[in-house]
Amino acid sequence: MAVLADITKGGRKAEAHRPWPRFTVDTEAWRRAVNALLEARATLLGLWGDKEQVHLALLEEPSADIAVVTLECPDGKFPSIGVAYPPAIRLERAIRDLYGLKPAGAADTRAWLDLGFWGVSQPLGANKKSRKAQPAYAFLPVEGEDLHQIPVGPVHAGIIEPGHFRFTANGEAVVRLEQRLGYVHKGIDGLMTGADLDKGAKLAGRVSGDSTVAYAWAYAQALEAIASAAVPPRASWLRALALERERIANHLGDLGYLGNDGGFAFGLAQFSRLKEQVLRSNHAAFGHRFMMDHVVPGGVARDLAPEHAAVMVDEAQRLAAEVKVLREIYDEHDGLQDRFRACGRVRPDLAVRLGLTGMAARASGQKHDLRCDFPHSPWDALGVRPIVHDDGDVAARVAVRFDELDESLRLVREIVERLPGGDVVAPVPDPQPYRLGLGCVEGWRGPVLVALELGPGGSIRRCHPHDPSWSNWPVIEHAVIGNIVPDFPLINKSFNLSYSGPDL
Amino acid sequence: MLRILKQIAKTGIVSEAPPEAVDSPDEVARLQDEVLRTLGRALTIRQVDAGSCNGCELEIHALGNPYYNLEGLGIKFVASPRHADLLLVTGPVSKHMAIALRRTYDATPEPKLVVAVGDCGCTGGIFGESYATLGRVANVIPVDVTVAGCPPTPTALLRGILAAVSTRTKTPRA
Repeated sequence: MAVLADITKGGRKAEAHRPWPRFTVDTEAWRRAVNALLEARATLLGLWGDKEQVHLALLEEPSADIAVVTLECPDGKFPSIGVAYPPAIRLERAIRDLYGLKPAGAADTRAWLDLGFWGVSQPLGANKKSRKAQPAYAFLPVEGEDLHQIPVGPVHAGIIEPGHFRFTANGEAVVRLEQRLGYVHKGIDGLMTGADLDKGAKLAGRVSGDSTVAYAWAYAQALEAIASAAVPPRASWLRALALERERIANHLGDLGYLGNDGGFAFGLAQFSRLKEQVLRSNHAAFGHRFMMDHVVPGGVARDLAPEHAAVMVDEAQRLAAEVKVLREIYDEHDGLQDRFRACGRVRPDLAVRLGLTGMAARASGQKHDLRCDFPHSPWDALGVRPIVHDDGDVAARVAVRFDELDESLRLVREIVERLPGGDVVAPVPDPQPYRLGLGCVEGWRGPVLVALELGPGGSIRRCHPHDPSWSNWPVIEHAVIGNIVPDFPLINKSFNLSYSGPDL
Repeated sequence: MLRILKQIAKTGIVSEAPPEAVDSPDEVARLQDEVLRTLGRALTIRQVDAGSCNGCELEIHALGNPYYNLEGLGIKFVASPRHADLLLVTGPVSKHMAIALRRTYDATPEPKLVVAVGDCGCTGGIFGESYATLGRVANVIPVDVTVAGCPPTPTALLRGILAAVSTRTKTPRA
């Protein structure tokens, strides 16, 4: 706890913040936090605003402690973190758009989530104002002979979430990519405020549909921490089962599309077939193909019946064998490997500087995985094998997925075979008002954080979900530099980031 | 190459028969006929995510897997609304996507069909209407058929797409 203790010394500890502490600090301590981020002594887990405060969630490694640092902003400003530490830039722009708090000293003062169509500015802030239109967005200037621009989106050519990409290319080579996101902003932070706890759980499960289990679990963790609720062991094992099945389904889907984007349609047919099988057994066992609303505060909605348990063990064994064959086919396919290797490379030092996180970071030499670093039940009993590759290219992100798939299939077998008995849900005691809680779960894409603050009468005063895509999107802007334009879909898919998650 | 062929042969054909549309008993041949009569060619779909959480997109993707084999029915997703007969739209429609959705609709040639997908596309769902969202798809463009669900299963989606085509064959737009 050395780093976090140093940052928060002299800060005022919030009385009821669980399970990790929160300190209200001065600007000096805020700067110490920025330094810790810059020196990679701490990892940014989230940065979000409120009417008159900003909050920064930090993870310290290797001790794997978490703390939230809160800064009061009586004059509507806070010292910019992004000016020194780039992963914070978009988060600060979003705080300004939603709450009107200004990051003092920030280099990029453009709007991020506010594209100018809300009819109001600072919709969640203390000084909400009506407004007609936002001035036109100033894309970064690009100068030079032989350059041309390719604007793409928000409506993309495939079945993809909307966003705008502006490429500047010299011939075939990408010189710059600038992303413009925010198109699927649904006002989730605003909808959370005043919602009851059940609606909060449903909303959390719909921040990014492909990570519904991770979000629902992080929300449940935060609420259970506030209410001092004990989750039955069987329930926490079943949550882990759901999370690993979510990881398996997404990795299978991605491996298929990565093959397809590399010109190998066989891969898509095979992997999408396997993914469908996993979704069907999810539906049979839990009543929903993606297990939405399966993780509920206090436990899980449905027990695993013995007949489905047997199916899952067999399925995991069979899938592991099938994936092994497909991996050999991918590895031996020269055309595919030619597309994968050295494509969209993010070297480990760049990954650290840009705060790359989760699965993509593990392909660039960063050995972070909350299931390994921060083993709460049931991970401590399961012993998750850490996976890391160093090349940082599309091939490495493919390799991490294959390795993680193998490990998750092992975990599914082990969870089902060693599943403890007992209840699958316990009543959550009525939580005290004005309490604060955090939940943090390693979703398939990376760490998902939910910060929850209760108001009176079982309502939510403030709830903020943080998606790992926030820090990984800007890394794609770097990963594509020098690559050819037609490799962008492949590079983009190798990260497969959420739009809905960070658009909120 | 031998391994690829071996894997293909071992996998075999897993495609299943399509679901029955709401009111048509003798499915595939008749629908293909109807599609051809109405549109003069196979059905092409342009999907628009107008604000979804991406859950609906997962199921729309699944339509292309070998089990549902959408292309085997002569239905395919296209990259441009100008090539599309049907728009498959997920919601809630964010204020940021409203213009893009209207422009996509305008760029789709007549006769065109719109299927609103998912609870959010049908009613606004859990997100409803707010400073950031306009709610259901029908608040922004005309909708022919809605497919409820969070997200709707691939079978429900297929049924909705087929229902939209049958609706149009019965009541052609003037």
